[in-house]
Amino acid sequence: MGNKPESTFANMVIRLLIIVVIAALALSLVYTQTFDTIQAAKKAKLEKAIGQVVPQFDTLKVIRVMPATGKDSLTFYEAYASGEKVGTAVKTYTDKGFGGRFTIMVGFDPKGIIINTAVLEFKETPGLGDKMSKSKSGWSNQFNGKNPASFKLKVTKDGGDVEAITAATISSRAFCDATKRAYEALKSEGGIDE
Amino acid sequence: MNNKVANLTRGFLKENPVFVLLLGMCPTLGTTTSAINGLGMGLATAFVLVMSNLVISLIKGFIPDKVRIPAFIVVIASFVTIVDLLMQGYLPALHAQLGLFIPLIVVNCIVLGRAEAFASKNGAIDSILDGLGMGLGFSFALTVLGGVREILGSGALFGFPLHIFPTDDKGSPITMIVFILAPGAFLVLGYLIAIIRKINN
Repeated sequence: MGNKPESTFANMVIRLLIIVVIAALALSLVYTQTFDTIQAAKKAKLEKAIGQVVPQFDTLKVIRVMPATGKDSLTFYEAYASGEKVGTAVKTYTDKGFGGRFTIMVGFDPKGIIINTAVLEFKETPGLGDKMSKSKSGWSNQFNGKNPASFKLKVTKDGGDVEAITAATISSRAFCDATKRAYEALKSEGGIDE
Repeated sequence: MNNKVANLTRGFLKENPVFVLLLGMCPTLGTTTSAINGLGMGLATAFVLVMSNLVISLIKGFIPDKVRIPAFIVVIASFVTIVDLLMQGYLPALHAQLGLFIPLIVVNCIVLGRAEAFASKNGAIDSILDGLGMGLGFSFALTVLGGVREILGSGALFGFPLHIFPTDDKGSPITMIVFILAPGAFLVLGYLIAIIRKINN
């Protein structure tokens, strides 16, 4: 330990620089090595969510759409099976969640009826708002098979048709908000056959 | 030899980073809503602790004293980024749960604390043992804390329902939700610290 380098200016700058350069090289190596795996994991997660909300498909068409309300674009995944459109999965979001923004995937059939929903990313309260997730409760199944043209996407407290999660009305309202945004964007893009 | 054993076991009860040293409170209170989250956070921190302790003990003779803290932080931040990337690639589900807290391992005072107090003064083997002991002690503390909160707040442990609470008319258990929220973290932590103190005395 006797030969510890002195804290002269040159010593400090050069030695710190060497450490930083080595760290940067190590990080770039790990980044390039894990890049493909991370992309594959993200893609697998997305495709799993799409598969949950639309029927069996063989090709996907990806479209980005700017909704009338909200700050960011939505993504439409149009699912085709042997050339025929079987449904559209809409990746939508809301900023009204109790824990801020969350994103969900809503699947519509060509007539605009909700097939199924899946929660992608959320920070809702564990034990309360997280019941919107299929793994916690069947709450979100009440949307399945409903046509938003007649089914009011609002909680019953606000005069709608959606029964809110007990003690998590804010999360339930936000879920409705995200679903409604998806439906309205799909409608204005002409994605629904009347 | 005794010394080596002491270096490894010290972090578990006698100098447990959470229950005795009271370090790293941010991830401790923030991530322990369930046992599995606590365990995942603990193991990620343990990995960073072991690796940064090892590297810092190896390069301690190379770093001038006055810039040792920036040098330590560069080493620690690099390993945290590596953990973050590896988890994104190979454990995406756990990463989605812990997401925000992984980069915060950089500012977890246990990691810098052990680098400064132990690894910068001791050899590589001892530093690895110290990092391992402290890391496992941290994981142990977070898992226990997360487990207690999950049992009381969700009526489950490691995600398996325990059926200890009465159910409402829809069949979901009526639990003490406060234990999953932030105040519950403080309550459970307070009781656990009291119990560990009793044992240590």
